[in-house]
Amino acid sequence: MVSGRRIFADFKVFSRGFLRNKFGLFFGLIFPVVLILIFGAIFSGGSSGTTIVYAQNLDAGFGGQNLGNTFLSALNESSTLQVVTVDVSGDFAEYLADKSQSDGIVIPADFSQNYITAQPVNITVYGNPASSTSAIVSGTVNGFAGHFNLQRYNGTAIIGLESKSVNTQQNKYIDYLIPGLIGFSVLTSPMFSLVNISSDYKKNKLFKQLSLTPLTKMEWLTSKMLWYIVLTIAGFLLMYTVGTLAFDAHITLSPLLIPFLILGPMLFASLGMLVGTVAKNPETAGVIGNIITFPMMFLAGTFFPISQMPEYLQTFAHVLPLFYVTEGLNNVMVYNNIIGALIDIAVLTVITVVIFVLAVKMFKWRED
Amino acid sequence: MLPIEVTQLKKNYGSLKAVDGISFTVKEGEVFGLLGPNGAGKTTTIEIMEGLRERDGGDVKVLGLDPWKKGYELHKKIGVIPQEFTFMEKTTPREAILYYADLFNVKCDPDQILKDVLLDEKTKTYFEDLSGGQKRKTGLALSLVNNPDLLFLDEPTTGLDPNARRAIWEVIRSLKAKGKTIILTTHYLDEAQQLSDHVAIMDHGRIVAMGTTEEIIQKHGSGERLEIQGTQSLADYIKENTELDVYYDHPRGIITIPLKKKIDALAALAAAEQSGMEWGQIQTRQDSLDDVFIKLVSEPMGEQGEVAVENGKRRRR
Repeated sequence: MVSGRRIFADFKVFSRGFLRNKFGLFFGLIFPVVLILIFGAIFSGGSSGTTIVYAQNLDAGFGGQNLGNTFLSALNESSTLQVVTVDVSGDFAEYLADKSQSDGIVIPADFSQNYITAQPVNITVYGNPASSTSAIVSGTVNGFAGHFNLQRYNGTAIIGLESKSVNTQQNKYIDYLIPGLIGFSVLTSPMFSLVNISSDYKKNKLFKQLSLTPLTKMEWLTSKMLWYIVLTIAGFLLMYTVGTLAFDAHITLSPLLIPFLILGPMLFASLGMLVGTVAKNPETAGVIGNIITFPMMFLAGTFFPISQMPEYLQTFAHVLPLFYVTEGLNNVMVYNNIIGALIDIAVLTVITVVIFVLAVKMFKWRED
Repeated sequence: MLPIEVTQLKKNYGSLKAVDGISFTVKEGEVFGLLGPNGAGKTTTIEIMEGLRERDGGDVKVLGLDPWKKGYELHKKIGVIPQEFTFMEKTTPREAILYYADLFNVKCDPDQILKDVLLDEKTKTYFEDLSGGQKRKTGLALSLVNNPDLLFLDEPTTGLDPNARRAIWEVIRSLKAKGKTIILTTHYLDEAQQLSDHVAIMDHGRIVAMGTTEEIIQKHGSGERLEIQGTQSLADYIKENTELDVYYDHPRGIITIPLKKKIDALAALAAAEQSGMEWGQIQTRQDSLDDVFIKLVSEPMGEQGEVAVENGKRRRR
């Protein structure tokens, strides 16, 4: 018979011990907030969204005009590039390497002359094909070159461009990051703790000792899950507050979040328990725990949406339990996709029940 | 019904016979000491009685229950300190007692229990900050929460300093005075001798001697003997001129004569006097539990070699 009194007694002792341990408290509550502050500062602060490009203008001018300068100031006035002019003496490629920069433009000496006399002339664009900024630079330069070509023959543009945003409200990186980091803390805090506790208790024979009391292993695990649900909800509220106050994140609060905040800790507490039970000693348990946790952390859409990953990794992500937590949280908080969220809840419920039953079955109070 | 009845108990770990067909009973209100070197099978035996391990053969009844099958029921009625007792680090002894009281659903006075185990000064210290002795006392306190009549103490003083050991002894004596039945394992001879009404000496999974310490000494000890400091020729002279068995210990220069009757000593001394040879100190001796233990327990002991003789008399064979 499961007894609420015993679960509560165990919950009381465990949570008190947890709150007295500054280390656990830091990793449970403060660390995810620190992550939000760091990632938020990196990705949403200050940057105006322009790419810095270095330019060397070798143009000698023609007929009193320096069209190289005109071209560069036109680039600079674009919303995408910020041009930094470099001294004409010296090797440009070397200069870029010294500054650890890959994006650069060189205007040739005969630029003005050839333009005015309608002779072909090339602007050299330096770039790193692997970097996304290089595509922005060459695209922009190409666009302005076309514009200048048209002007040379007094033409008018026929095809124009009108930009429209897909969502009524623009989503920033922080909006995706907050559900991801909530998923991160849903995973790491219960998982690492339970791996640690269960292998430690086994080694110190604390389980053996508890088996001499009326407490059952299911009651023990339930009380741990309850505590991590409380901790997760507290962490959620903290992260939500910091995200909205500090970075003006636009995320939706909905009662649909509650199932994720309950199922997530239940699932990962059980999984941690399972790892700690199966492993022979705390060291092995730690290693197995890391092998399970780290790939999941990066591949389940915690720090970036999985749509940015190659197809085979996206397929792989679907077998990771955390995927359904982060996807579900994103569905509720960012996309407002209720059906998607309900499917995630259903999948999570099944996984949680399976892992919980497995953990309770595998876990032994006594030896034989 | 006796609190404990063990018949032909067997337990194997692979090919190792950890417990090899032992039988004993424990009466109500007595302290029963399971004595033996490390690896003798004491902890396996006590854990089978506590319901923590399954037996491979034989029969065990604790308070009339099969401890493995009825463990859950049994645990409400017994108190246990496992070997090397530990607890959750950031919990005070008082909180631990209240926690156990909640688990057992009993009302108890934590302050009284702490007083009973001589721990009433450290009620607000976290478990991790307690000394070794205080940690064991916490274990003792927890084993008392459900007010059991039967207690299992598995090496309650191993690794403690002499003062802490004596403090634990005091607690055990007071529990005995309250009429509790106590099963105690130890590898300290003095501890078994000080506390136990009955002792079973275990070695290699078997009981090699059992009874009160006096009974064990009488049965397995060599009995009273006369020791005379002297030469080999004196030993030979006594042997020739009396009907006594005479042994000579060369390196120590001691003549040993087992005494079947006390009067035998007189005959031996008369012969010695008659010989006209020089002889020194004389004394009569009897085997102590130490001597019997070393005689009975065949192998060198565990990793620290603590055959439990703490006063330096320890010998290896």
